[in-house]
Amino acid sequence: MVEFTFWDIFYNLLLATRWTILLSLVAFVSGGIVGLVLLFARTSKVGWLEFLTKLYIEFFQGTPLLMQLFLFFFGIALFGIEVSPWLAAWLALTLWTSAFLTEIWRGCVEAIPKGQWEAGETLAFSYVEQMRHIILPQAMRIAVAPTVGFSVQVVKGTALASIIGFVDLTKAGTMLNNATFRPFLVYSLVALIYFALCFPLSWSAKKLEKRLNVAR
Amino acid sequence: MSLVSIVDVRKSFGSTEVLKGVSVEIARGDVVAVIGKSGSGKSTLLRCINGLETYDSGAIVVDGIDVGKERDNLRNLRRSVGMVFQQFNLFPHLTAAENVMLAPRVVNKETPGESARLAEEMLAKVGLADKGTNYPSQLSGGQQQRVAIARALAMRPNVLLCDEITSALDPELVNEVLRVVEQLAREGMTLILVTHEMRFARDVGTKLVFMHMGKVHEEGPPKALFADPKTPELRQFIGSVH
Repeated sequence: MVEFTFWDIFYNLLLATRWTILLSLVAFVSGGIVGLVLLFARTSKVGWLEFLTKLYIEFFQGTPLLMQLFLFFFGIALFGIEVSPWLAAWLALTLWTSAFLTEIWRGCVEAIPKGQWEAGETLAFSYVEQMRHIILPQAMRIAVAPTVGFSVQVVKGTALASIIGFVDLTKAGTMLNNATFRPFLVYSLVALIYFALCFPLSWSAKKLEKRLNVAR
Repeated sequence: MSLVSIVDVRKSFGSTEVLKGVSVEIARGDVVAVIGKSGSGKSTLLRCINGLETYDSGAIVVDGIDVGKERDNLRNLRRSVGMVFQQFNLFPHLTAAENVMLAPRVVNKETPGESARLAEEMLAKVGLADKGTNYPSQLSGGQQQRVAIARALAMRPNVLLCDEITSALDPELVNEVLRVVEQLAREGMTLILVTHEMRFARDVGTKLVFMHMGKVHEEGPPKALFADPKTPELRQFIGSVH
């Protein structure tokens, strides 16, 4: 029987961490892109468009991420399409992230005084032009801190992907525990690595918040 | 023919009727001062002219464009109607010059070179040729408002709406803004001003519109109206602001 040293465990966890980082990054970026599109729909003042976006956001905010993962992993398979854990996790996390980012950013957009919209309207800007040239450049300043703060939630959210078989940090921890029977050691290390990933994010979110507020 | 024709316009906010059948005809080159107590509907009327506010019935036609009918054509309307606000509403993330050239560049698709030259010209017109690189937060209230005027002028509007543009300014800054407006009036720009500056309304205006309880209570040449108000309401109003 193979004996696992501390370093074996740690090294293997670090290898799996790459997948956690990759999934987080990919989900965050694609979630951000979808979120930006949804933001335009959500603030468009077009009734049905806003309603549909609201429905979408309510669904992804109001149901557990785990259930969303199951829906993608098993749901798409019902149509005879083979879904890898990686694809299902990416899709579910993207949509989940986009729903939260849209709401965060909507708050930032609404924090911009109404007079800015009116000035744009008066100068014959279209809605998209107002967003692009007047509103978003200002809203982005306010959005940086909460957006970086939310990225912590995405990193932690990827842990759930382990349940549909995605070999991330959490899944690797489970596998190593099954092989070594040292749950406390293994999961302590897992937790430490997550913390090492998340702490710099939440720390910089705080820093950014301070800096951008002072500059205003 | 009138440049701006307002016919029997009515508008309610909920159960409060703020415009109760307003009619005003404005010719090219007119300088119209709209005065009246707060709540008389003068700002709402102004905001109806460029579609910032919708109205319930009646008609407003600006330069041949029917404001009520052509909701989809608002872009054309707004190219023809400029507006300056009480709170300036400059874009704080852009410099004075960028504020002025943004709409020509984005809406009128002018080249960066053209719009930069235009910004220079417009800023010079309002006496701020040397402030192009300043951000709004680095300018005084009077300077900010003059940048806002330059920004509106850069779209080469046929009419300029001014919504209490000196009300948010410190008293010593009011005149520099009024001088710019007076200059525009002399150049023949059609102006519609909601204002509390009675002296300015009398000296520069070609037409005075006194609004009271959502209606045009009295209108005519400013000097005549100030000298001899026909209604007790106008007499009282002139007395109260003097």
